[in-house]
Amino acid sequence: MPVIPKDFDDIPGTYLFERNRSREGYHLNMFCMSLMKDENRKAFLADEAKYLDDFPMTAEQRRCVLERDYLGMVKVGGNIYYTSKLGATSGHSFQYMAGEMSGLGQEKYRDMMVNGGRSIEGNRSKSEKE
Amino acid sequence: MAKILGGLCTSHVPAIGAAIDQGLTQEPYWKPLFDGYEPAREWLKEVAPDVIILVYNDHATAFSLELIPTFAIGVSDKFQPADEGWGPRPVPTVYSDSELAWHLSESLILDEFDMTMVNKMDVDHGLTVPLNIACGEPDEWPCKVIPLAVNVVQYPPPTGKRCFNLGRSIRRAVDSYDQDLKVVVFGTGGMSHQLHGERAGLINSEWDKQFLDKLSSNPKALTEIPFLEYVTEAGAEGIELVMWLIMRGALNDEVKEVYRHYHVPASNTATGLIILE
Repeated sequence: MPVIPKDFDDIPGTYLFERNRSREGYHLNMFCMSLMKDENRKAFLADEAKYLDDFPMTAEQRRCVLERDYLGMVKVGGNIYYTSKLGATSGHSFQYMAGEMSGLGQEKYRDMMVNGGRSIEGNRSKSEKE
Repeated sequence: MAKILGGLCTSHVPAIGAAIDQGLTQEPYWKPLFDGYEPAREWLKEVAPDVIILVYNDHATAFSLELIPTFAIGVSDKFQPADEGWGPRPVPTVYSDSELAWHLSESLILDEFDMTMVNKMDVDHGLTVPLNIACGEPDEWPCKVIPLAVNVVQYPPPTGKRCFNLGRSIRRAVDSYDQDLKVVVFGTGGMSHQLHGERAGLINSEWDKQFLDKLSSNPKALTEIPFLEYVTEAGAEGIELVMWLIMRGALNDEVKEVYRHYHVPASNTATGLIILE
C-alpha cells in the first residue's frame, strides 16, 4: 500500500501537506504558530529579520516570509493553516492570500468566487489542464 | 438514558465568524447565507439538546506540528475561544459536560478508537462558527458542548470509513450512558474549497450536492470515497467533509432529512448545512 500516493503531484496548483512538506516546513510553520500570541506579533512586526533569527529556516523560507510571498511559502513546506497566522498578523485575510496565490489578486479572485468559484472542469489533473 | 435526537452538519468558514463579529450579516454579500441559517436555529431551539458533541478540526490552534492527534476529545468542563492570530473571537466560553466526555472517552477507547484526551485546549473557529450558525449570537451558549477534534491538516487524515465507524461507536457510547440527556451531534467543515496554491478558489457544486444527497440516503457509498477523490473533486481543504461522516455514523441507518441549505460563496468556500433526524 503506497503511503504517499504519487498521484498527489498530478493535481494542478495543489501542494498537499504530506510528510516531505511537513518536514521541510517545520520551522517555517512553527514560526507562524508563534504569532498566535500578541506579544510575539508585536515583536515580529517591530523587527522582522531579528525575530526570524530564532527560527532555523532556509534562506528561501525567510525571503518568502519577509516578502509575504504566500505561494512561495506553500512551495517550501508552509501549510495554509499556519501561514494564515502570518496573514492575520499582516492584515491579510484568507481571501487576500488565496487571491495572491492564484495569481488573480484579491479583487478578481473575489469576483470569481461570487460567480461560483473556480470550475472543476479542466482542473482535475495536470494532463487535463494541458 | 441518553439519546441522540439528530445531527447537523455545517461548514465552519472563519469569514462567517468575522461577518458576525463585525456586524455584517445583513450586508448583501452575507444576507442570503445567514437567512438560510434561520430554520436551523429554529430546529435547534425546538430540539433543545442538553449536549452537543461537536466534531471539528483544529486549524493549527490548540495543536501544532509538535503534536498531531488523529482524534482528540475535550474532557474538561470548559474551553476558551482561541486567539488565532487576530485576538480571540468575542464569543462565550464553551462549557462542556465533563462526565459525559469521560464516559465517551472510556467507551470509545474500549471500543478500539484510541482517543487523545485533552483537558486544556482553546477552541478555534472550527468549533465556535458552527455554534454561531446554529445558535445565533447568545450571551451564553444554550447547552453544553463536547469538542471532538479530528486531524485533517497533516496527511493522512482518518479515512471516511474510519470516521463513520467512530460515529457508530459514539452512538453506542451515548446509548449506554445512564442519564437522561438529549444529545445532538454536529459534523463540521467543507464543503468544496481550496485555500492554497494556484488552484485556490475551486468549487464543485455538483459533487457537493451528490454528497448531501448520499449523506441521507446512502452514507455507505460516501465511506468508500478515497482521499484523492476528496482533494481532486472537492479541493484540498474539502477533505474536511470526512468529519460529516462521524455525525452520520452516530444516527440511524434510516434518517429523515429535515433541512438543507447550500450557498456559494462564503469567502473561499461552498457552504452547506444539513439536518438529519
